[in-house]
Amino acid sequence: MLTKRLIACFDIKNGMVTKAVRFQDNIDVAPAAELARRMYEGGVDEIVFYDIMASAERRKTDLATVRAVAERVFVPFTVGGGIKTLADMYDVLNAGAEKISVDSMAVRNPHIITEGADAFGRQCVVLSMQVKRVEVSAAIPSGYEIAVDGARTFTGMDAVEWAKRGEALGAGEICVNSIDNDGGCEGYDLEITKAVADAVRIPVIASGGAGLPRHIAAAFLDTGASAAIISSMLYSPRLAKNFTVPEIKDELSAAGIPVRPSLFPS
Amino acid sequence: MTGVIHYKAGNAPSVLNALRHIGEEAALITAPGQPADRLILPGVGSALATMRSLRELGLEPEIRAAIGRGVPFLGICVGLQVLFEHSEEGDAECLGIFPGVVKKFDERAVRVPQMGWNRVDFVRADPVAEEGGYFYFVNSYYAVPGDPSLVLGQADYNGAFCAMAARGNVYGAQFHVEKSGDAGLRILKRFCGLS
Repeated sequence: MLTKRLIACFDIKNGMVTKAVRFQDNIDVAPAAELARRMYEGGVDEIVFYDIMASAERRKTDLATVRAVAERVFVPFTVGGGIKTLADMYDVLNAGAEKISVDSMAVRNPHIITEGADAFGRQCVVLSMQVKRVEVSAAIPSGYEIAVDGARTFTGMDAVEWAKRGEALGAGEICVNSIDNDGGCEGYDLEITKAVADAVRIPVIASGGAGLPRHIAAAFLDTGASAAIISSMLYSPRLAKNFTVPEIKDELSAAGIPVRPSLFPS
Repeated sequence: MTGVIHYKAGNAPSVLNALRHIGEEAALITAPGQPADRLILPGVGSALATMRSLRELGLEPEIRAAIGRGVPFLGICVGLQVLFEHSEEGDAECLGIFPGVVKKFDERAVRVPQMGWNRVDFVRADPVAEEGGYFYFVNSYYAVPGDPSLVLGQADYNGAFCAMAARGNVYGAQFHVEKSGDAGLRILKRFCGLS
């Protein structure tokens, strides 16, 4: 039986993992490769890292950090940030990543999803969406709008429609990242996660807001998500308690959710 | 030395990283004529793209000859699928080392691609196999061996499917041994013990 995945997520700035709340107020946590190795050895199922400054600094993805992580981590590894062309995708995959996460760039140039899927297989292309709760309208029937550029720019696009289009264009997974809940540690936005998971047949990843194991359990039990992104609860120095992967998995197992058994007892 | 066949759209660098991590000497194979004690054909992307790429690089006869000489061979993911005769993906003619075909999971019944850790049960003793465990899969297609005795490991995704196939010196893993944590690295290590 296919198990539900826990994905450790890092925002990277100058090779360091940084932690923000609602896309602001970043503080440095640890060198990326070091934290990735720790998370891998702790039994996390997958790792994603976002080079959050690449677009703003108009540069390519930090490939040295991609390589350093890939040499230490033997679970799947996704990279986002600074990827604009097929050649950029190839460079990141060749540096040792398994998947490419596209977000704002895919809104501007949706065709890149198809190009990436055709060249590397759709399993390589994760469509990440920044979603914000808005009033339901004719243009935004789901009540969730797509934003880009670190949640600073709104697009007028409906989140569920964009997810369906992304699937049709060739995305292999969709990551639903709630702008409202991000960094709040009070749980995922279950409503939009479920709406997207119901609308597409590819795997959906819940993202933004996990603070406790029961938040993750809720995403798996109530939304049809295949995976959950966690970050603050694993390593944020801002939280009174950080959780280990075995602690989280024990609670998920107790709730009847299939997970890959932890490597080490909690 | 273990040779990792490197073609565009493969994930040879990940396999190379894993081999080096477990202390195995390894090199990328990009053209015919490079000697290796063992060969690994990694794979992401499609069966059709993989076959085209192998043919363009002139590596198809090389692979056949190595397998014929008894060189231990491991195909990973699409690298397993192209060992069979034909794939529905792109209507691709494959290597035909193993009898059987490659089909797509039923999208009406399950999310496709299958993506994540699935339990594999090994159905017979083999020097490379584990007793059982969880391995990372990313696949929309799966092999249906023409000969059931090819199946070394099976997993369940809308029914049992072939997660690992083996006969003689030729192995294929549908899961990513290089990305399945310690369990995958152990399989890789044992494969590298074959000669």
